[in-house]
Amino acid sequence: MNIFQQKWMTGLLLAALAVGALAPMLSGVAGFPQWLEVVLGGLMSGVLYSLVALGLVLIFKASGVFNFAQGAMVLFAALTLVRLMEKMPFVVALAIAALVMVAIAWLVERLVLRPLVNQEGIVLFMATLGVAYFIDGIGQIIWGSDIYTLDIGMPKEPKILLEKTFEGGILVSMEDVIAAVIAAALVGALALFFQKTGTGRALRAVADDHQAAQSIGIPLGRIWVIVWSVSGLVALVAGIIWGSKLGVQFSLQLIALKALPVVILGGFTSIPGAILGGLIIGLGEKLSEVYLGPLLGGGIENWFAYVLALVFLLVRPEGLFGEKHIDRV
Amino acid sequence: MNATATATASAAPVAEGARPLLEVNGIEVIYNHVILVLKGVSLAVPEGGIVALLGANGAGKTTTLKAVSNLLRAERGEVTKGLIEFRGERVDRMTPSELVKRGVIQVMEGRHCFAHLTVEDNLLTGAYTRGLSRAALRADLERVYEFFPRLKQRRASQAGYTSGGEQQMTAIGRALMARPSMILLDEPSMGLAPQIVEEIFEIVKNLNAKERVSFLLAEQNTMVALRFADFGYILENGRVVMEGSAHALSENEDVKEFYLGISTGGRKSFRETKHYRRRKRWLS
Repeated sequence: MNIFQQKWMTGLLLAALAVGALAPMLSGVAGFPQWLEVVLGGLMSGVLYSLVALGLVLIFKASGVFNFAQGAMVLFAALTLVRLMEKMPFVVALAIAALVMVAIAWLVERLVLRPLVNQEGIVLFMATLGVAYFIDGIGQIIWGSDIYTLDIGMPKEPKILLEKTFEGGILVSMEDVIAAVIAAALVGALALFFQKTGTGRALRAVADDHQAAQSIGIPLGRIWVIVWSVSGLVALVAGIIWGSKLGVQFSLQLIALKALPVVILGGFTSIPGAILGGLIIGLGEKLSEVYLGPLLGGGIENWFAYVLALVFLLVRPEGLFGEKHIDRV
Repeated sequence: MNATATATASAAPVAEGARPLLEVNGIEVIYNHVILVLKGVSLAVPEGGIVALLGANGAGKTTTLKAVSNLLRAERGEVTKGLIEFRGERVDRMTPSELVKRGVIQVMEGRHCFAHLTVEDNLLTGAYTRGLSRAALRADLERVYEFFPRLKQRRASQAGYTSGGEQQMTAIGRALMARPSMILLDEPSMGLAPQIVEEIFEIVKNLNAKERVSFLLAEQNTMVALRFADFGYILENGRVVMEGSAHALSENEDVKEFYLGISTGGRKSFRETKHYRRRKRWLS
């Protein structure tokens, strides 16, 4: 093991991040209320990254595949919902969009995963690349490629909190708060599902060893349909929240690229890792943009996540909560 | 099958007229559409029997087991000729999952535990096809722990960090959770200390006696396998070259010489072994 991968290096890195996060306030560059506002904003956008990362982790856990199509699924889910809402009430449109995501999961298993059973991870990864382009193209053909606004009645007006404690209070976007609550509920439900149910256990078993899982009678096909469905539904939730924030448009796909550093940070196989990774990256981005931005000429938000991921790959390749590769000598 | 080989062996494993639990009839297996691995293997396992499948590396033992459990398809292998029947039902149209539900389960070579799951979770996955209630699961778990007391102590450890013997026990225990009537056990002695091998085989014998689980086991360790099995088949180059009761096989001169390393002339000096004749092949 090289020097970078010692345990204390991880601690050092996290300590450095914590100091960096607190520095603006402690050094007096920023007042506490302003700092808190930035931190809260960062955490909220972090939750949204976590949501997309969650979809990636789910599929990676159960099939060992890095699903490149996650971003396309987010966009497709949001597009489906927004176009259906033009013709029917929200609840009906939501149900149909959820069914569509399940149908996609089923098709992916039938047409892509089943013929590639027991192939190398890289082969499956390339297959998901193809799936990404396919879903993207189909989405444009069926639903069009315009920008749509998705309005599901989220409060757009930010609220001012703690007016009595601080002068002027702090601005918090209620939309972000609601998103964070939804994400937290989703994560809680998924964690329970994975740890406590027989199906969850089977999912973890498949993630560990396809062949062994097959040998004890776990039907791989059904398991894959389940994970892809769950991750399709997570994509739908992410699509709704991001879509109502930014509008439903092509660039929604690109947030999946932000989810990549998140899972590198948190570990590819860990649900809590995806959450914490998202929070760290959201926080880091906002803080560095606001406080370091002026010094470096701005634009930090765009690359911060990737640099952080790079450092993590060096120091702790399995991520904060990732499963260590077990080697027996 | 060679005439001289059968002459030395005793009666078939299944009594005349009785239907065997598992019947494999002249199967041929081809990998990747070109590589012929099994060239007509026939065998039978009676209800409640322990049948050993013996032979060197690459003889086709694992392939035979995987043909039975239908795990071949995932490795691009295919049964092109012959018939495999379990309780008189053809297995070739069934998925591995359906076979497990009917009572045939394979414990793969190299154990294949779920490394990141705890020992107990490993065992629990074995009951996936049965859809049991929580209480029934607990009861079954206790039943497995009775056979493998060592697993109970290690129940909370990640399977990847347990010893080879414990992993083999976990793998067998996991299969047991499916309440099989037949276990296809592939190379249970692989990489284990002789003492542990003995322990594992004792458990197999015990399971056979108490739970009436039938075993078809592939083994390279001929000595141990013949001691615990009732009947044996010797595979070479994808064919059964010899079959007989375990006792008859262990008394057979050729088997003694080639598989048990015991020759009639007592110990040979190193000088003599240099000129020792090439390993006899029944087919070449």
